[in-house]
Amino acid sequence: MGAIDVVEQDTFSSAGYLNMELLRLSTAGSVDDGKSTLIGRLLYDTKSIFEDQYAAIEESSHKRGEDYVNLALLTDGLRAEREQGITIDVAYRYFATPKRKFIIADTPGHIQYTRNMVTGASTANAALILIDARKGVIEQTCRHAIIASVLRIPHLIVCVNKMDLVDWDQKVFEKIKADFEALASKLEGFDLHFIPMSALLGDNVVDDSENMRWYRGLTLLGLLETIYIASDINRTDCRFPVQYVIRPQSAEYHDYRGYAGRIAGGIFRVGQRVNVLPSGLATRIKSIDTLDGSLQQAFAPMSVVITLEDEIDISRGDLIVGDEDLPIVSQDIELTVCWLGARPLQPGGKYAVRHTTRDTRAIVKQIRYKIDISTMEKIEDDITIAANDVARIKIRTTTPLAFDKYNRNRTMGSLILIDEATNVTVGAGMIVSPTQLVTGDVNVADGGTI
Amino acid sequence: MNRYGLTHLKELEAESIYVLREVAAQFERPALLFSGGKDSIVVSQLARKAFFPARIPFPLMHVDTGHNFPEALAYRDEWVEKIGAHLIVAFVQDSIDSGRVVEEKGYNASRNALQTVTLLDAIEEHKIDCAIGGARRDEEKARAKERFFSHRDEFGQWDPKNQRPELWNLFNGRKAMGEHFRVFPISNWTEMDVWQYIYQEQIPIPEIYFTHRRNIIERDGVLYAYSDFLNLRPAEKPVEMQVRFRTVGDMTCTGAVESPASTLEDIIQEVAASRVTERGTRADDKRSEAAMEDRKKQGYF
Repeated sequence: MGAIDVVEQDTFSSAGYLNMELLRLSTAGSVDDGKSTLIGRLLYDTKSIFEDQYAAIEESSHKRGEDYVNLALLTDGLRAEREQGITIDVAYRYFATPKRKFIIADTPGHIQYTRNMVTGASTANAALILIDARKGVIEQTCRHAIIASVLRIPHLIVCVNKMDLVDWDQKVFEKIKADFEALASKLEGFDLHFIPMSALLGDNVVDDSENMRWYRGLTLLGLLETIYIASDINRTDCRFPVQYVIRPQSAEYHDYRGYAGRIAGGIFRVGQRVNVLPSGLATRIKSIDTLDGSLQQAFAPMSVVITLEDEIDISRGDLIVGDEDLPIVSQDIELTVCWLGARPLQPGGKYAVRHTTRDTRAIVKQIRYKIDISTMEKIEDDITIAANDVARIKIRTTTPLAFDKYNRNRTMGSLILIDEATNVTVGAGMIVSPTQLVTGDVNVADGGTI
Repeated sequence: MNRYGLTHLKELEAESIYVLREVAAQFERPALLFSGGKDSIVVSQLARKAFFPARIPFPLMHVDTGHNFPEALAYRDEWVEKIGAHLIVAFVQDSIDSGRVVEEKGYNASRNALQTVTLLDAIEEHKIDCAIGGARRDEEKARAKERFFSHRDEFGQWDPKNQRPELWNLFNGRKAMGEHFRVFPISNWTEMDVWQYIYQEQIPIPEIYFTHRRNIIERDGVLYAYSDFLNLRPAEKPVEMQVRFRTVGDMTCTGAVESPASTLEDIIQEVAASRVTERGTRADDKRSEAAMEDRKKQGYF
């Protein structure tokens, strides 16, 4: 013991590893459809599980009186959930192949934990949805697909699992595929893929299935390695939310004033004409600086420091944009909100708002309708918005926000609502559009001042 | 790679820099917990990048158990000087002398668990409202569930069932008086990413990460560095071995591995091929399968 076992390796080379891309994916599934087993299988078959981890779950499986090593135990992290046999919070898992590094946000499928699914999926490039082949498309499947659609996850991979329990029957797979496509046709577009598999036995996860030769598509890993993700980021609209002002106040950088931030869209170049919002003043980019040297251009999602030709008063929360394709600036905003708080959304209530790097406050002007996340139907007669509900609301902010619609830019179109009494994040908002409130359109007392 | 695509290391770097700038913007008195281990070294390098050309706008803080590898201490002082950071040291010995903690007895005595009290006291003394750490989610099962911004109540405790949802890159650092945050900028990095980054950036690291000859006490499958801090059992005798360390911690609970790796490339090859997680060499996690979860709830880093 103690010595590191060096095993034969064929997948690693320094150069290859340094040239990998990052793909973020989230998983969603019901309690028994084998999601933890699937992730365990991905980790195990890509050799991402270590001997001591494997030994620990082998021992746990044995203690629980199970016949085989339960790969699901790899992802069931906290003791409380191991005891209950369910996953209770988002857990992050990592694995890599020579092509890509993967971050899995493993989220629970229970209805009461929609907030965790939203948390796990908000930054995902791709979502895995698991369907038990014996059960087909059920209410939870619809819910997961709808949330994935609301969050605008670009790629959706439907894993039809437990094919071993339906005799690897192609007809079962085709039926589920057709049912899901019917559901997806009602949702706003994502790139959709279907894979028949058995996570327990490993068919079509990393290795091709001997049992389903009728399936000609890629395995799950093959798909994850090749999905085209470069277009997931907005490359046209230049957006730079100012995060922090850099003023070294040193002899060497005496008058230096730089704006630190992470590019949220587009490509910025030295010399480019830019506007600063909300002031609206125009200037040019003087330099793009990093510790590793100055750059001629920078693009999303890089973190850089930008200096400007003119001295303009800029602080955290301001936005530097290109002079074409300007964002929308408004105080009246309509959004889809996933409610996460224990207390229901208060009509007329005031909340702290965080949008990009800007903090402001808002009042809830109207709850337009609730969305049934199993059917996508509008509910207009019951507009109590409790935890895990999704609703369309209108808010008015104390200061104008410069934003893009969520479907154009996820960073520029998302915001969170914070309960000012508890400081807890209670709402996840996706901006649909600016609104013009007209008389009669307001169903809460309009007298609220912030 | 696409013309406007980033490698995974560059994307992770950009994410971590973003998190560090959020800390500086949202908190009044943050501090970066610095152990001299590779993870906190990477975080401090990222902090340099985040605020360049200004200096890091918060101090580094070392919780010193008194049982350090001398090489790690020497490295710490050199690195802090190189990056021009301000260093605060909090001593576990002070907590022992003042009666805040009682030193463990017996052969497996370690000051590792005592650090928690010293850390929480130092947070209070320096009025630190955000402690930045180098923990990664791939290290251990309980850590896999940590947020980037982890809220702690006024007792410094973590409540895993009641974590704030973390959406997009909108980090909510709002808190009541007396509460504080732990922030983990390299949450999404793996051990491999850290090594590759150190290699790519040519960041200096303490010598004990590289192979060397050392007197070792082998106990319960763990190779401990022989030192005055270790209470020897009657039959135990130090044996000289060719080893290196995969983590830098307290000498009484950090295990070595036998290894000939003398360069970063060697280490990367070894990590790529190794079949035991780095925490597998730490005795403090072996006490029970849920050991980390228990310590975290108490405020352990």
